[in-house]
Amino acid sequence: MASTQSKLAQVFEKKEQEITQAWLDGQAAVTRRMSPAEQHEANRQAREFLSTLKSAIQKEGTENITGSGWAPVRDFLASFSTSRAKAGFTPTETASFIFSLKRPVFEALRGELGQDADALAAETWRATELLDSLGLLTSESFQKTREDMISRQQAELLELSTPVVQLWDGVLALPLIGTLDSSRTQVVMQNLLDAIVKTRSDFAIIDITGVPVVDTLVAQHLLKTVAAARLMGAECLISGIRPQIAQTIIHLGVDLAGVVTKATLADAFAIALRKTGFTLVREQRNKTAVER
Amino acid sequence: MIRVLNSESLEIRASEDVVAVRQAVRKKAVALGFGLVDQTKVVTASSELARNTLDHGGGGTARLEILENDRRSGLRLVFEDQGPGIADIAQALTDGYTSGSGMGLGLGGSKRLAHEFEIESEPGIGTKVSIVRWR
Amino acid sequence: MERIPILKMGQYLLITIQVDMHDKLAFTLQNDLTEQIVLYKSKGILIDISALEIVDSFIGRMLGIIASMSRLLDAETVVVGMQPAVASTLVELGMSMKGIRTALNVEKGMEVLRSSLEEARHDGDSSSEF
Repeated sequence: MASTQSKLAQVFEKKEQEITQAWLDGQAAVTRRMSPAEQHEANRQAREFLSTLKSAIQKEGTENITGSGWAPVRDFLASFSTSRAKAGFTPTETASFIFSLKRPVFEALRGELGQDADALAAETWRATELLDSLGLLTSESFQKTREDMISRQQAELLELSTPVVQLWDGVLALPLIGTLDSSRTQVVMQNLLDAIVKTRSDFAIIDITGVPVVDTLVAQHLLKTVAAARLMGAECLISGIRPQIAQTIIHLGVDLAGVVTKATLADAFAIALRKTGFTLVREQRNKTAVER
Repeated sequence: MIRVLNSESLEIRASEDVVAVRQAVRKKAVALGFGLVDQTKVVTASSELARNTLDHGGGGTARLEILENDRRSGLRLVFEDQGPGIADIAQALTDGYTSGSGMGLGLGGSKRLAHEFEIESEPGIGTKVSIVRWR
Repeated sequence: MERIPILKMGQYLLITIQVDMHDKLAFTLQNDLTEQIVLYKSKGILIDISALEIVDSFIGRMLGIIASMSRLLDAETVVVGMQPAVASTLVELGMSMKGIRTALNVEKGMEVLRSSLEEARHDGDSSSEF
């Protein structure tokens, strides 16, 4: 076993340069065009990786890549795919970093072991198994990075899309944007109630113009929020009810009795202002002053 | 797999004990990192059930357990008494919603405030209600 | 004996609930309140629950009883300062606080009482004053 293991290691030692060059050429064939700076960086990464890989093969053997001896290789691949994911490379482009290593390695093996069919087959298989595992590792890291990015973006979106706005003294507005899931809706509604206390507002307008779908759960949350606000001494109005939403609400059998609903935020605002005791008066312009 | 990490028992014999149960539940909920609304819901549910145990069960015990399931943590509250028991559980659960008086609201209400709800009751033997609220 | 203090503010009475209520305390409060409404001929009751982090069905019922009793004695009740988490929980609990007026704080509560007394005065134009 020991002698055949070191065959792969030997080939790496002897043919590192050729493998590296062939590999870089192979990568370029499947990756998008890179700027000279990107290219330079890519080459540097490739050389660094190959040397780390060679080291691991020589010292640890290829049986178990989960061991601590293979950590440098694993860590390299993890940070490599993370940076590729963030830079916008595709999963294929990223994984091909490893897979494109196959051909050069097989070529090198054939060059060295061409006369010994059994040994060549054994080493080729060993190399394939190794590179496949490393390739999968790369893909998984890439996937994880993408997922982390998406959750972070979702959280940011949540922050941005549910602000409570003070329209006037005592009148708040909560323009809801996007699809509402149960937990998000609860958080949003609780924020509204907290804002009502903080701003001492008498009215809160929940605008659902930007909500594409209102299902039973969302409707229930809306009603619960209206009820809770009432218990606190504030009135909620719901605005932005599109014709389709109006139909859905009726079909769902949701009872919006006792809740003031308006088609537009503007209408709801006008009502809230009036109820707060404000009247809007349009100033009369002095025509003669303009003519002059 | 659900594991019980911690367990605390309290006696419910007088109305001061209802207050003690609330405070103990609040403490555990805070320690588990429950948000304010979640805290309020579980403490209120515990108040309802503790009162039931006292008023209708003739007194009993409250057991507070900290649960762990995979990576979720939760709080389980078990209220037990050797009181008269409930003859018609289904009715006891629905009555609460409309009447708003007596025991009914305590049971139905607690069910609505919890993520999980279980009740066992045998007339002449006693009642055991358990609720779980996850973080 | 422990009792909840009732503050007289002109023609209104203000009750601030800050402690965990138990049966005896609730009962004492109801008694004291009815006595004082009659004694001072109060027209409005303000119950400040802004310090209550928990309002269960017992407290809810107590508030309802106070509101009903006061109405019989010709006084309006307004419950003020309910905390948001408490409000959400009461809604989930299914507690109907029908017949109980609410306001965000004592100041707004007094406004509510003032305007409802105004209305009452207008309605009862023909009746004689005592």
